[in-house]
Amino acid sequence: MKLFVHQLRTEQLLFWRNREAAFFTFFLPVIFFLIFGAIYGDTDISSEHIKGSYFLEAGMIGYGVASTCFAGLGITLVVRRELGILKRVRTTPLTPLTYLSAVLGSIFIVFLFEAALIILIGRVLFGVPFPTQAFSVLVVLLIGAVCFAAMGLGISGFVRSAEGSSAAINAVYLPMAIISGTFFTPKGYPTFLKVIADALPLTHYTKVTRDVMVHGVHVWSDWKQLLVVLAWGIAGMLAALKLFRWQPREA
Amino acid sequence: MTIAVSVRDLRKSYGEFEAVKGIDFEIAAGQVFGLLGPNGAGKTTTVEILEGYRNRSSGDISVLGEDPQHAGQAWRSRIGVVLQSSSLYPNLTPRESLRVFAGYYATPRPVDEVIEIVGLGEKADARVRTLSGGQKRRLDLGLALIGNPDMIFLDEPTTGFDPGARRAAWETIRNLRSLGTTILLTTHYLDEAEQLADQVAVLRGGVIVRAGSPAELTGGASETEIRYRQAGEEILERTTDPTRRLHELTSAALERGEVLDGIEVRRPTLEEVYLELTGSETGAE
Repeated sequence: MKLFVHQLRTEQLLFWRNREAAFFTFFLPVIFFLIFGAIYGDTDISSEHIKGSYFLEAGMIGYGVASTCFAGLGITLVVRRELGILKRVRTTPLTPLTYLSAVLGSIFIVFLFEAALIILIGRVLFGVPFPTQAFSVLVVLLIGAVCFAAMGLGISGFVRSAEGSSAAINAVYLPMAIISGTFFTPKGYPTFLKVIADALPLTHYTKVTRDVMVHGVHVWSDWKQLLVVLAWGIAGMLAALKLFRWQPREA
Repeated sequence: MTIAVSVRDLRKSYGEFEAVKGIDFEIAAGQVFGLLGPNGAGKTTTVEILEGYRNRSSGDISVLGEDPQHAGQAWRSRIGVVLQSSSLYPNLTPRESLRVFAGYYATPRPVDEVIEIVGLGEKADARVRTLSGGQKRRLDLGLALIGNPDMIFLDEPTTGFDPGARRAAWETIRNLRSLGTTILLTTHYLDEAEQLADQVAVLRGGVIVRAGSPAELTGGASETEIRYRQAGEEILERTTDPTRRLHELTSAALERGEVLDGIEVRRPTLEEVYLELTGSETGAE
């Protein structure tokens, strides 16, 4: 436990010290919320029956889970693996389980902080009321963090080089984030795009987040959506179990 | 004499390719053991098996009394590892890195003491990514020492160093030895092994082709070279009996009232023995 806390603090130091990564994974969703909120926050989105700012707040939390837990974690792990840091950690008495738990715990703290910031900005700048189902919101955040982190672990196994990791992972997550109903409602999509969006975990996750935060429903009423997210999480975990490596690729 | 490491008929195959083909050696506690060989000879594979990082195909090994393949966290706290390439967090400072790794061990060395040992005092609070290659390597060494290990593994610790940095690193390694740490060092620098190692094994193509102290290795070659100038002509002789031959040469010169210009007597260096043993000057394997 002492080691876990030590590593958790280390992970927090490492995350905030790496300015570029902190910007792209933590601040970008916040900045997008400010920009898009200013553009169409006051406009009603008729197909969703809500105001733009309400829609966007839940969408940015969905975007946030993809950027921190999936892309941020995936890139971090590839870079650490290729720098030989994962290999070095394995030569110390720190167990792999403690290490990975701390890495995941730290990313969850970052995501929680980000969600809190987005909700606060929504309240202060755009007049979106605080969510009423606080417990459900917390469960949604936790499920999202776990499932997308599992996918982040999984994708790190597919990426070979540290140099290419940002490019490769961004190429997967940015289009996913954009078509998954984070910025625009998928209800008006052309059929082919709708088919793609319906297969993606973030579409379903954003819907659950929106239902819980905006419509105040209980988290389990969207169990079908949660199952899709969970299935993707399990797929990510299986990929991680098969492909995750501690040593650099070229070695 | 306590044995820190014992290796019996160690073998390792990667698919069809046998990287290590049955090697045996022992390292006494407190000694520096040099594993020499060209690239691809099996040095890193051997070291990684001893570190518990890779599993062997067959053979018996014991490191600090345990089989590395099954050793636990307590055993890991007794070893320190410097990997072949630098492996550091670029955005931390050396002091922060050492604090992070100190936290993994029950009884670490004080951070300031390690900074002192590896000579990073001036750079202790600079970001790691701003350090030179040699300074990064010294931090690698520092991270291997922070847990106060009984044994450290150094995989080519001075590759890419300038001569000054190499000498500084050698001094550090000698200091560690004087503290009683057992050291396994791989290198392809012969002078490094000659300077540091108590025992040397030369690995080639997965087998040990020669083992012994550096003196034994060079002593095994029987001929001594004598070089001098006579009447403006450079003369090189090889002899198995240098005492007698030198006496003859110098007496004759004295009788004639001459000087043997630039006289030089030398034994073959480890480098020459090594090149002869590994049978290649390219180091390709």
